[in-house]
Amino acid sequence: MLKQITVTVNGVQHTLEVEPRLLLVHMIREVLNLTGTHIGCDTSSCGACTILLDGKSIKSCTVLAVQANGKSITTIEGVAQNGELSPLQEGFKENHGLHCGFCTPGMILRATELLANNPNPTEEEIRWGIAGNLCRCTGYNNIVKAIQYAGAKMRGDELPSTEPEFV
Amino acid sequence: MIPQSFQYESPGSLSEAIAMLQQYGEDAKILSGGHSLIPMMKLRFATPEYLIDINGIPGLSFIKEENGILRIGALTREADLEHSDFLKKKFPIFSDATKLIADPQVRNMGTIGGNIAHGDAANDHPAVMLALNATIVATGPDGEREIPIDEFFFGFYMTALQHGEILTEIRIPVPPSGTGNAYYKMERKVGDYATAGVAVQITLDDNGVVTAAGIGLTNVNPVPLRAARSEQALIGKPLSEASINEAAQYASEDCNPSSDLRGSEEYKRSIVGTLVKRMIHQAVNRANN
Ligand SMILES: Cc1cc2nc3c(=O)[nH]c(=O)nc-3n(C[C@H](O)[C@H](O)[C@H](O)COP(=O)(O)OP(=O)(O)OC[C@H]3O[C@@H](n4cnc5c(N)ncnc54)[C@H](O)[C@@H]3O)c2cc1C
Ligand code: FES
Ligand code: FES
Repeated sequence: MLKQITVTVNGVQHTLEVEPRLLLVHMIREVLNLTGTHIGCDTSSCGACTILLDGKSIKSCTVLAVQANGKSITTIEGVAQNGELSPLQEGFKENHGLHCGFCTPGMILRATELLANNPNPTEEEIRWGIAGNLCRCTGYNNIVKAIQYAGAKMRGDELPSTEPEFV
Repeated sequence: MIPQSFQYESPGSLSEAIAMLQQYGEDAKILSGGHSLIPMMKLRFATPEYLIDINGIPGLSFIKEENGILRIGALTREADLEHSDFLKKKFPIFSDATKLIADPQVRNMGTIGGNIAHGDAANDHPAVMLALNATIVATGPDGEREIPIDEFFFGFYMTALQHGEILTEIRIPVPPSGTGNAYYKMERKVGDYATAGVAVQITLDDNGVVTAAGIGLTNVNPVPLRAARSEQALIGKPLSEASINEAAQYASEDCNPSSDLRGSEEYKRSIVGTLVKRMIHQAVNRANN
């Protein structure tokens, strides 16, 4: 039996008829064609499918679309404002925080909530904060730097050096 | 992986939810955070025909103290337990445990009620509940009933909850001053279930005599296990290295871990012994501060 739901995705309201078993990630990718949200493991382990649901980072492969009824969703497509990269997007670009980019949308949305709750996290807090997001390429060091850069930018502090780290 | 088809209901009140559970019988399942249930449905280990989503029911998410009882609503998310300043003061054991449950995204969804109702000895809250002597509140067609934690876990994924009942609240006695509690689990990597985990709560009187002790073990027995002999080894005397060693020894003897990818039976018994000692020390440090 189809269920009618209303969701606001990146500021745009959609009313959809969905099967209750439709996973949120499939609604985002296949119904709304927003393919920036990735599916990695499909078992709530890798974090590639992370989005914001009412401002909280969640793994959309383990949530049903019907559970998002009445809620607001942010995907990577909604992060840049008026063509301007968000501080996190800029941080990832400036600090080589990505190689293949598969994990990046999930990393950026997870880090968005992290910085909203804790504007000046320590390195350790950042590493615990992205513990649910796997990256197979970067070795994480430049991801940590990217998040530190974004935090500094959002606080209006002096920006840290963006020299890439070779270890 | 896509779950089998089901009918989805989102009742707006507890009585409506209970009526639906009665109407749909064994074919219905409750959905809280969904982070144990949806993975099982994707694997078709669970194939409910009706899913009753209780997230739209108001008043099931709270952390408060009333008349010497800590009351936690079943829909309270792991992230709320982890960051609660109120809990950090008297019950730091909750931030110990939640920090080690999965990862931040899972903790934004997973609920304490679901974690306990799931009846999985690998989950971390059951051992904490044993150490804190919790009471589980189940609400059904005949109203509320209280279930002592020692009568709650029955077997693999089996609890004292009857069909048509919803776990609505957890009640924990607020211990006297001189009490400390702590939890730690060994895990192979972030997000993994425990190789072994130990929860401890200890109360000392002004003379340093142990007046109460609660010790719960994670994932080393088919059901969450109270280390009863270990508790008894501590109670009624001043804490000493000898009594702590005795408690550790009993816990490692009384658990029943199975050898698996996380380690051999022998290894797990040894981890239990070590963690019992460490958590007693940690709880006592906190009791003294
Ligand atoms: C990647 C990953 C790693 C994890 N790691 C850990 C870990 O290290 N430690 C740990 O403890 N847990 C872990 N979990 C499990 C997680 O904490 C779950 O969220 C939790 O076990 C279940 O809570 P839930 O609210 O998601 O319940 P759900 O999945 O919604 O429900 C679980 C079961 O309980 C029943 N139920 C739920 N709520 C109620 C209620 N109020 N009354 C009666 N029945 C109810 C449901 O019908 C279902 O059978 C992990 C999960 C994932 C996905
Ligand atoms: S695809 Fe959702 S966590 Fe990996
Ligand atoms: S950049 Fe390739 S997985 Fe992270």
